[in-house]
Amino acid sequence: MNAPILTRRSFGKAVGGLVVAFSLDPAEILAQGAGKPAPLPGSLNTNRSLRAWVRIGGDGNATVSTGKVELGQGILTALWQIAAEELDLPLSRVKIYSADTALSPNEGQTAGSQSIENSGTALRFACAEVRGMLVDLAATKLAVPAGSLTVADGVILTADRLKVTYAEAVAGLDLDKEATGKVAPKPVTAYKIVGQPTPRLDIPGKVTGRIAYVQDIYEAGTVHGRVVRPPRYGSTLEKVDDAAVIKMPGVIKVVRDGSFLGVVAEREEQAIKAREALAKAATWKLGPELPDPANIHAHLKSLPSTDSVLGMKQGPAPAANARTLEASYTKPYLSHGSIGPSCAVATFLNNRMIVWTHSQGVFPLRNELAKALKLPAKDIRCMHVEGSGCYGQNGADDVALDAALLARAVPDKPVRVQWMRDDEFAWEPYGAAMSMGLKASLDAEGKIADWRYELWSNTHSMRPESTDGTNVLASQYLAEPQMPGPAKGIPQPAGGGDRNAIPLYDFPNQKVLHHFIPDMPIRVSALRTLGAYANVFAIESFMDEMAALAKADPVAFRLAHLKDPRAKAVIEKVAVMSNWKAGEAGSLSRGRGIGFAKYKNLATYVAVVADIEIDRASGKVRVAQAWAAADSGLIINPDGLRNQIEGGILQSTSWTLYEQVRFDKSGIQSRDWASYPIMTMPDVPKVTVELINRTNEPSKGAGEASHGPAVAAIANAVANATGKRLRDLPLDAERVKAAIG
Amino acid sequence: MATSLKVNGTTHSTPAEPDTPLLYVLRNDLFLVGAKFGCGLAQCGACTVLVDGRATRSCVTPIGSLGNAEITTIEGLGTLDKPHPLQQAFIDEQAAQCGYCINGMIMKAKELLDQKPQPTEPEVRQALAGHLCRCGTHNRIVAAILRAGKQIGDKKPLGKQTGRL
Repeated sequence: MNAPILTRRSFGKAVGGLVVAFSLDPAEILAQGAGKPAPLPGSLNTNRSLRAWVRIGGDGNATVSTGKVELGQGILTALWQIAAEELDLPLSRVKIYSADTALSPNEGQTAGSQSIENSGTALRFACAEVRGMLVDLAATKLAVPAGSLTVADGVILTADRLKVTYAEAVAGLDLDKEATGKVAPKPVTAYKIVGQPTPRLDIPGKVTGRIAYVQDIYEAGTVHGRVVRPPRYGSTLEKVDDAAVIKMPGVIKVVRDGSFLGVVAEREEQAIKAREALAKAATWKLGPELPDPANIHAHLKSLPSTDSVLGMKQGPAPAANARTLEASYTKPYLSHGSIGPSCAVATFLNNRMIVWTHSQGVFPLRNELAKALKLPAKDIRCMHVEGSGCYGQNGADDVALDAALLARAVPDKPVRVQWMRDDEFAWEPYGAAMSMGLKASLDAEGKIADWRYELWSNTHSMRPESTDGTNVLASQYLAEPQMPGPAKGIPQPAGGGDRNAIPLYDFPNQKVLHHFIPDMPIRVSALRTLGAYANVFAIESFMDEMAALAKADPVAFRLAHLKDPRAKAVIEKVAVMSNWKAGEAGSLSRGRGIGFAKYKNLATYVAVVADIEIDRASGKVRVAQAWAAADSGLIINPDGLRNQIEGGILQSTSWTLYEQVRFDKSGIQSRDWASYPIMTMPDVPKVTVELINRTNEPSKGAGEASHGPAVAAIANAVANATGKRLRDLPLDAERVKAAIG
Repeated sequence: MATSLKVNGTTHSTPAEPDTPLLYVLRNDLFLVGAKFGCGLAQCGACTVLVDGRATRSCVTPIGSLGNAEITTIEGLGTLDKPHPLQQAFIDEQAAQCGYCINGMIMKAKELLDQKPQPTEPEVRQALAGHLCRCGTHNRIVAAILRAGKQIGDKKPLGKQTGRL
């Protein structure tokens, strides 16, 4: 593996190396220059030092840094390709190092499919500039003009084959300066590494059982912590009779701070047993009841909301007798459902806290920990190590505070805390439940004349630092509780709950109304796609309903309402791939549907066609096959991109057919995989993905691009198969059976 | 009282109590971290190891129940330098996103290929029905197992059940 391998030994070194020789705090670097700095490309704008991104060793090899983190999406491999390309070094001579508050640029959260755009752009420009500096140094050494030199594999050459290696040129290299952003990166036509299907850096270690995850980190002397969470949100710990627990084998300490309760033991299985005993020994004053799940959408709609109007278009008024349809759709709370429960390892040493974490944002997490622990941020170091796939904010940040609170109680000992399965299911912040209302009318030619869209949703980000206050779970339960500030929406054009709420279709009259509901009866935060999954489900389902009203074919109807040629191209391509036939009638043995979206209306274009079959007896839907066409602009790693598009379709298929968080008034009832079933191997569809590579268009994120088109294609296929429109997710066997009778 | 375990051909001793699930002993005493904690309930398969050739959920298997059984973990199949054909096939197919479930997929596939060196695609899917993947890497996982099966099967007579490679 090229990425830094964490060994049991290096953990100790890292602890010792907490005092770092330089600061990469952007505020500090900015403070050195006067006035407002000129804008720089990508994340260079907020992390302006070249040294923050690139270092060249005495051997001429490069180490590059990113503030973005690997989540299994292959981002480090893609960034590694970009850096090697611009440095003119082979991949084997470039190492990439990711998110560490002591060493890497601060790029906030790794979220929203923006890593290629922000970090990739920064690395591209920083590496191009450093390569230029090396060439300049070589030119001076050789007394030739820099323009006469070429570079291949870290060797700078003159026309008559005189050469200076990077190792020879590096002596005079000074990277402790601001990037200028003025050295042009390579033209796409010169690319040798970018655009190639490059094997992922992390896979060999993962398939051979090497240390690859934060869950695997261990140092001699590591002890194990577990937490005891209340029966439901907002409960307070009245008393805990821990006398017997303290005497259990291996128990080092029971830690209580207000209603935060945890235990530290020598061995992991001892901590797990002690947690069970401690849970039985605790008496809680229960927090407020949860809403009735049967009326959850009506309940959410009844809460106060902040309303905003988006995408307003006013054309000629539709005819009074225009054919009009109206429909409402819903999406339940969804769990991230990480296969591995969240984990962190924390050590409190000399009043400093060191935390290994799989948080998506080590800098925001550090600042939340500083508040919760009342420590200066400079005395906290958060280092990213991969966890199990998170797909948004799972328990990663929360367990980091749990580990830190326990570590503070047993100084000098590395404390490893992994949440148990029920901790993760019952306490992670879910993807929000949503309601969508639509109304549209047709003109005389059968085109949409007027489009009205309303959506109701909680926030889609309660990540660290996304609000005022403190945004890590345990802080709310401390003796001196620290609460998160009021939820804030994410502004358009990316949007939060209203992500993809504005259709890409061209309608003469249009109004989109977003009801943002700040109060959260059930804990929510960012789940992959935020609101886009539900909005694309509703918009694309309703497009099919309107197409049926217009007696038009769904593919032709969409194309007739689109101007964007790239949007049309993915729809046309997927129609060809799937051998789409206009007006084909469906049956229970085969229904077919299409869905389309341009993610965030800013990023990757994806169109999906799904073929489904329905078991008449049970109502169970199975997706037999899915086809996808995707356009992400310039492709960095085609294999990685395919993996993301296909993975998104399969995850969306699972969300769509099986998933909803179960709860009742007494609390969350989805606490394991039996009470939160997901798609299993025999039900997985075949997926065919084709990519459109647009080398003149900027690279766009694709990690969340296929979920919306996939749910829409499946929902439309179910309607095609059954003749019934199902508007409430999930499209599980019970609902489908009720519809087909 | 110490308990002895035979893991990847070597006998180890652990101070853990006999009711301790094998998973924690492998990870924390033997530093074999390939098997993962996923649920502790035998629902997801991330912790799978082979016990006398049978895919077994180590998160619910007490060490006291193992006696002289031969335990094989993913580390016992192959290494970075010398991967087992299954491990190599997962690399060749790039069959991982987060990869947290992959230990279980490989170990269950090992049991399958030992019994049936060239399974059909539906047989692979059925064998993995109890192994959860959340990233949507299922199809690549199946492709990797079929690839490994083909490679292993080509090297030995069909139908011969060797129990190990």
